Amino acid sequence: MTRRIRTALSSVPLLLLGGCSNWQSALDARGASAISLKHLIVLIVAVCSVIWALVMIAMIHALWRRREAWRAPLDLRAPRERRIGWIVSICVGLTAVIIAGFTVASFFTTRNISVAGQDDLTIRIGGLQWWWSVEYLGPDPARGFVSANEIHIPTGRNVRLLLQGDDVIHSFWVPSLAGKQDLIPGRINEITIRADRPGTYRGQCAEFCGLQHAHMGFLVTADTPEEFAKWAEAQRATAASTTDDEEIAAGRDTFMRKPCAGCHSIRGTQATGTSGPDLTHVGSRAFIAAGLLPTSRGALAAWISDPQTLKPGNNMPLVPLSPDELRAVSAYLASLK
Amino acid sequence: MTDTIAHAQILDTELERPRLTGQLAETWKTESGLWGALSTVDHKIIGRRYITTAFVFLLLGGVLAILMRLQLAGPEQRLIGPDRYNQIFTIHGANMMFLFAVPVMEAMGVYLVPLMVGTRNIAFPRLNAFSYWMFLAGGLVLWISFALDMGPDVGWFAYVPLSGPQYAPGKRADIWAQMITFTEVAALAVAVEIVVTVFKQRAPGMSLDRIPLFVWAMLVTSFVVIMAMPAIMVASTSLILDRLVGTHFFNPAEGGDVLLWQHLFWFFGHPEVYIIFIPAVGMVSTLVATFSRRPVYGYLALVVALIGTGILAFGLWVHHMFTTGLPRLGESFFTAPSMAIAIPSGVQIFCWIATLWEGRPVFKTPLLFVIGFIVTFVIGGLTGVMVASVPFDTQVHDTYFVVAHFHYVLIGGAVFPLLGAVYYWFPKFTGRMMSERLGRWAFGLIFIGFHATFFPMHILGLEGMPRRVYTYQPDLPWHGLNLFASASAVVLAAGFLVFFIDVVMSARSGNLAGDNPWDAPTLEWATSSPPPAYNFAHMPVVSGAHPLWEQPGALNVADGLHTDRREVLVTAITTAAPQARESSPQNSIWPLLTAIATSIMLIWSIFSPWAVVWGSIPIAITLIGWFWPKGTPEDEA
Repeated sequence: MTRRIRTALSSVPLLLLGGCSNWQSALDARGASAISLKHLIVLIVAVCSVIWALVMIAMIHALWRRREAWRAPLDLRAPRERRIGWIVSICVGLTAVIIAGFTVASFFTTRNISVAGQDDLTIRIGGLQWWWSVEYLGPDPARGFVSANEIHIPTGRNVRLLLQGDDVIHSFWVPSLAGKQDLIPGRINEITIRADRPGTYRGQCAEFCGLQHAHMGFLVTADTPEEFAKWAEAQRATAASTTDDEEIAAGRDTFMRKPCAGCHSIRGTQATGTSGPDLTHVGSRAFIAAGLLPTSRGALAAWISDPQTLKPGNNMPLVPLSPDELRAVSAYLASLK
Repeated sequence: MTDTIAHAQILDTELERPRLTGQLAETWKTESGLWGALSTVDHKIIGRRYITTAFVFLLLGGVLAILMRLQLAGPEQRLIGPDRYNQIFTIHGANMMFLFAVPVMEAMGVYLVPLMVGTRNIAFPRLNAFSYWMFLAGGLVLWISFALDMGPDVGWFAYVPLSGPQYAPGKRADIWAQMITFTEVAALAVAVEIVVTVFKQRAPGMSLDRIPLFVWAMLVTSFVVIMAMPAIMVASTSLILDRLVGTHFFNPAEGGDVLLWQHLFWFFGHPEVYIIFIPAVGMVSTLVATFSRRPVYGYLALVVALIGTGILAFGLWVHHMFTTGLPRLGESFFTAPSMAIAIPSGVQIFCWIATLWEGRPVFKTPLLFVIGFIVTFVIGGLTGVMVASVPFDTQVHDTYFVVAHFHYVLIGGAVFPLLGAVYYWFPKFTGRMMSERLGRWAFGLIFIGFHATFFPMHILGLEGMPRRVYTYQPDLPWHGLNLFASASAVVLAAGFLVFFIDVVMSARSGNLAGDNPWDAPTLEWATSSPPPAYNFAHMPVVSGAHPLWEQPGALNVADGLHTDRREVLVTAITTAAPQARESSPQNSIWPLLTAIATSIMLIWSIFSPWAVVWGSIPIAITLIGWFWPKGTPEDEA
């Protein structure tokens, strides 16, 4: 069953996101920092391409130019050797000038990349095998909340991300918004991201972190400030504790009764585990399992029924559920908007 | 055997040519049969063995590369699971760096340096034998563990905490760390031998300004090995201690530091690249001179560039850590040397092009590989300048862009020259020429296959594809280029296949080469192909940097060495004026026994710290056997 669901699902993201196939690319820069990095990349690549072409022209000419008559290997002409010496020296000098230029350009690019201050929206990102915890801290800590694998930011503002590896080293990278920065156990790193237009950008762990390094994706969604405020308000809310839908109620019961609640938190319920992603609003996120599958009841059911086939080696155990329980739990999770 | 020779006739001065060579052959010979093979200390036999073994590891590592390309040919393929894939890319990297690239370059030095400086054996020949056995044991440890599904899976760089006790249970990471120890011991041994051989055993007259550039390159490389390798030994030993006896060098919860690992690893890891690249520079300089039919342009500049590269190599390690959140100022500081390494590389490229310009190029296979090298290495060098820029690097670090970059540098910058060097020196190794026709095919397939495989990876990296992923999702636009790279890898593999076929066929039935088939200028061509066990019947005396061009036909020689015992000439470091006759050790089985004892201790220490205590006893015994006087003429000298 899992396979079939998977196959059916695999076409969904293509349909959903057909318009943004480059949503994880340093060449498709959308954030302020990624745009200045792209300018630097284009500049350096262009200059280097010219250098390469010149070296190739020189080499080809050296190989195939017309030559005077044969001479013995050691029969060298001193004036010519001296002239070549000058040419080689000039080329070396030019090399030094060019790399000095690159160094200066790099320095100014780094300086121009804006850095968020204490007062800006601050989000703590935790890297774990193999998902991302997302904790909105400020500017007002009392209004903070926790999510996972999906970050929303308001457009037009610097957002400060505090990065920390909670088990091994990971690396936070949303190429369309900014360069990468590692999450290192025992340290807190900072990076600033800023998107000036609304959009959804994909990111992925960039430091090898074990079995499922390949499936450690996340999304950054830039909303207009109004929409962001609305979204944040919704995220801050606890999960609904009552429902008219019997299946959803049964699913909630099952979730609390089974080992699920030992690892996952759903705010407003007795599920307070912290070793897996917070699921309070899992139904509102675009993907589950760190960018693996687009969220839907079917995907949730597939994931719960066989996490080790979909993402071999991940830390979610297979919790045996009857078909009814599986349906109910997936309905419940999908309802957590 | 030596009893039959009267003592009055033991100096080479007093013997006629046939008696002399017969006597020398007897003194320097390697016994036939298994015992002879296991106990030989002839640098040529060990060098050939070393090179062959390293190429076998290249073949095995190449098979892993093909497996990875198969897996990545399409999105979400299930050909290889993540556990196996992580072992495969770890072993591919560790194998190519520690069991192929470094050893093969050192092995070329082991074979060629004594011949190029005109001596009869490498310094410390028994250490040389020991080095080979340690290298072989290290390779076997890695590959047998892989065959048993307990191969290292933490990357060739084994970052903590992923390789630490908490996240890497089992013995896989320990195997990685001990494999490092094996190959480091082997590499350090060869480095010391080469330094001493170059400093003290050069032919009379070979002053510093007459040393062949390949020998200079091996000398600089050896110093880089000696200075870089201790850092990784400290790192891997600390890792084993963390894992085995509960120290906390890398545990942040107990005051350890995970970045300490990265500093130690890259303080070794970046010079490692130059340990591979500098010998290649020496090879290219040699090939360019011979096939341009003139001395290489800018000898002094090239020597200074080699030394400069060797020094700068130690100032670059932080550019592997630009995304770890080090202070911005520190990062900018390390940008400068990372960029500045382009200057010595530029000097080299410009001097080679000047040599080709002023010379009369002969388009044989070795020169084709040199041309392929220049085309490819300049790209790799320029992308190296790119990743030296901190902001640029934050976008491409740990992506396929970097995979492309370092394959351009390592394959384009080191393997192309190495293949050219094999075509060039094969006649010296075997007495037979390799096939020009197959050589052109091999070059064409490897050159095209290489660029088609690796160039698209630059774009994949910029398009956001991280390294070390066992698969990627279908909604990311990487499928086409990955499929193209995988298909091209087949062409690349076919090129290597042609090369290996050429080697095997030519070794059996290639055209006979003669002493100096390329009319090359350096001393290794002043003896027969392959050289006799004693290398040179008389010690060559040189009066320039290109002895065989300066004294065509008849080389000046020195004599006065004993023929009934192994003796080499010791000369002064700078002027190479003769100073003394020095005994060179006879064949011995003890280096092999010592290597076995050491291997047992190192493998055992993966499982118990007491191995270091009890395992050192057999090592001590075998070392005593190694150095015990055996009553040979060499002992008495």
